[in-house]
Amino acid sequence: MHESHPVTTQRASGDAVAIAARRIPRPQERFLAWLDRQAGAVLVLPAVLVILVLSIFPLLFSLYLSLSRFQPVAGGFRIDFVGFANYRKLLLGTEREHFLGSLGHIGVGGWMVFLLLAGLWVFLLWRSLSSGPVTSLRILGHGIVAFAGLLALWLAVRTIAASTGRPGTLVVTWVYVFGGVALQFLVGLLLATLCAQQLPGRRFFRVVFLLPMMITPVGVAYTFRMLTDTGKGPFAPVANWLGYANVSWVNDPWGARIAVMIGDLWQWTPFMFIVLLAALESQSSEPIEAAIVDGANRWQIFWHITLPQIAPVASTVILIRLIEAFKIFDMPNVLTGGGPGTATESLTLHAYVLWRSLDYGTSAAVAYSLLFVVTFVGIAYVRLMHRRLTEAL
Amino acid sequence: MAPRWRSSPTGPTLLGATVSYLVLGLWTLVVLFPLYWLAITAFKLPVHVNEGPTYLPFVDFQPSLHAWRYILIDLGNDTLRPYLNTVVVGATSSVLTLVLGAAATYGLSRFTYRVRVASVLVFLLLAVLAAAAVQLGVPWPLAVASGLGTFVLLRTVVLRKAGGPRLGNADIAFWMISQRMLPPVAIVIPIYMLFQQLRMLDTRTALVIAYVAANLPIAVWLLRDYFRTIPIELEESASIDGANRYQILWRIVLPLSLPGLVATFLFIFVLAWNEYLLALFLSSANAQTMPLLVAAQNATRGPQWWYMSVLILLMIGPVIALAIVLERYIARGLLLGAVRG
Repeated sequence: MHESHPVTTQRASGDAVAIAARRIPRPQERFLAWLDRQAGAVLVLPAVLVILVLSIFPLLFSLYLSLSRFQPVAGGFRIDFVGFANYRKLLLGTEREHFLGSLGHIGVGGWMVFLLLAGLWVFLLWRSLSSGPVTSLRILGHGIVAFAGLLALWLAVRTIAASTGRPGTLVVTWVYVFGGVALQFLVGLLLATLCAQQLPGRRFFRVVFLLPMMITPVGVAYTFRMLTDTGKGPFAPVANWLGYANVSWVNDPWGARIAVMIGDLWQWTPFMFIVLLAALESQSSEPIEAAIVDGANRWQIFWHITLPQIAPVASTVILIRLIEAFKIFDMPNVLTGGGPGTATESLTLHAYVLWRSLDYGTSAAVAYSLLFVVTFVGIAYVRLMHRRLTEAL
Repeated sequence: MAPRWRSSPTGPTLLGATVSYLVLGLWTLVVLFPLYWLAITAFKLPVHVNEGPTYLPFVDFQPSLHAWRYILIDLGNDTLRPYLNTVVVGATSSVLTLVLGAAATYGLSRFTYRVRVASVLVFLLLAVLAAAAVQLGVPWPLAVASGLGTFVLLRTVVLRKAGGPRLGNADIAFWMISQRMLPPVAIVIPIYMLFQQLRMLDTRTALVIAYVAANLPIAVWLLRDYFRTIPIELEESASIDGANRYQILWRIVLPLSLPGLVATFLFIFVLAWNEYLLALFLSSANAQTMPLLVAAQNATRGPQWWYMSVLILLMIGPVIALAIVLERYIARGLLLGAVRG
């Protein structure tokens, strides 16, 4: 590179600049000046290139891989383009049971659950649609979301509520995401509201409640395996007393799923807690004082003043957690290994299992399905919920 | 300290405080009990575990250091190597992430970027063509060089005059941060194949590179607000004094945003420290990190919880210490990120 000259290194003082300006610039000075003019590009390009090379190109290649068959051959591999065969396999073929699950026949109760939830879903979307200007684009958007939601609901009810049905990795991931995030948000909000009060010793709770978030998920998963052991774990006497001593929770699909969700709740409630607490503490006090003067009770204050004030932050943490929760992998892989059978497998774990059996194509197809679902849910959430909550202020 | 909001002018009532403490205490128990169980299991002999649960050291069972001795002395290097890997990979990747992230975030907060969408599309198209050419047997240096050459040529000749939509700073920042949305599993197989081709699988370097890419969006996300709070007047006066852009960044901006840099570094470090999925794909024996070692316990030794507990404690000890020190920074960083995000 350019050898630095004593004069150029002491450029900071004004005199040196003035002297240098009178001379004809030397090559390395011209280079430095050029570098200074290009500072904008020099600063941003490395990061852009890293993301481009390690995120965008792999993403494009994954798409190609999901449309091809990967075969290891002597000294390398062969990739043959097969179109949508991998996706067909997931939706209709041999991986269908694993990915979508098997549909069972639902009785009257199942239908009632489905119709109730579907009615609620359509009602919520209808309210959202009628709250703004009714344009054809908004009708189309709401229609797509409504249809996708009903389809997902139908799949979930047919695989979960039916006694003969069995949810696949797609539905199990939804259970983790929507069930888990809702629980984490409610617990986090409760704890944050309590901690926002002027109680002595708040700092202690804040630090303690933060801890689980920092602990490696793998470690959390093993710890919960110890805790949930019905023979040697701390709750063995309770399990014994209830008559579950010889019944291992890992052999029950829902027991195993709930164990995964409890571990996830333990680990990720802190994230909700800490952000919501910071939001609660930074809200302005005037509206609350005014409400107290007007004789509002605590519940009214919370519902009408506090909640609207923290709504933008709350909506954002829910969005972040929704997106992150779709990637769940460590907890089910270590806690249950995806078992019993594939009862606790998430989509990421499904893709990993396929990758390990060298079925790169189908693995990439599962990963892309996950990406599609995350993107769809994320966009639908931002359009239908997030914007309204953040613009409400 | 600034006055904080209180739930009422007189603070919580006695009943309210009691209920609050009960709920908070309950959750404290929920948080701490698993950690307590981990800590006592690490000091149990196999017999104490297998004969059913025991709860109190010295009362229920006699603590023993056998598991610690086994993990730290008998296994020795087999524990030390993954530990060192985790430290080295975590520290190196976090420093690199911070450097790249700080540079990019500073650029985005002080310069105006107007990138033509057309250029981006042409660039991507050429990249795909180059990749296809490599697939068809063209040597890759040739493909990359001709691709880049075509891009520069097109840019100077055609695209310079082209109109069309452009991407501004907000778009670039959003693009970077939105990479966090990407499920890692959607990109890990190509990254695995890339490192396989480069014969870099199971090396620390491969992990460092992958972690930098994975954590860069978070660094940009968290650093954005720290840079915004630095008054631009300081930089302007330095600029009048003849300092160039890099000197300003190095001597003024970075020192002023040191608390934010430290907090971001530690946050990224914790993420890299705990990372499991990428490590699982990209490393096996040599570059094995602690999460892999812990996860491997089940497969190799069965549920030998006393050893597992020791390993988990060794792993989470430093992180818990960090969490206690960092609580305030993390809350602030996450909140700012969440509000602006």
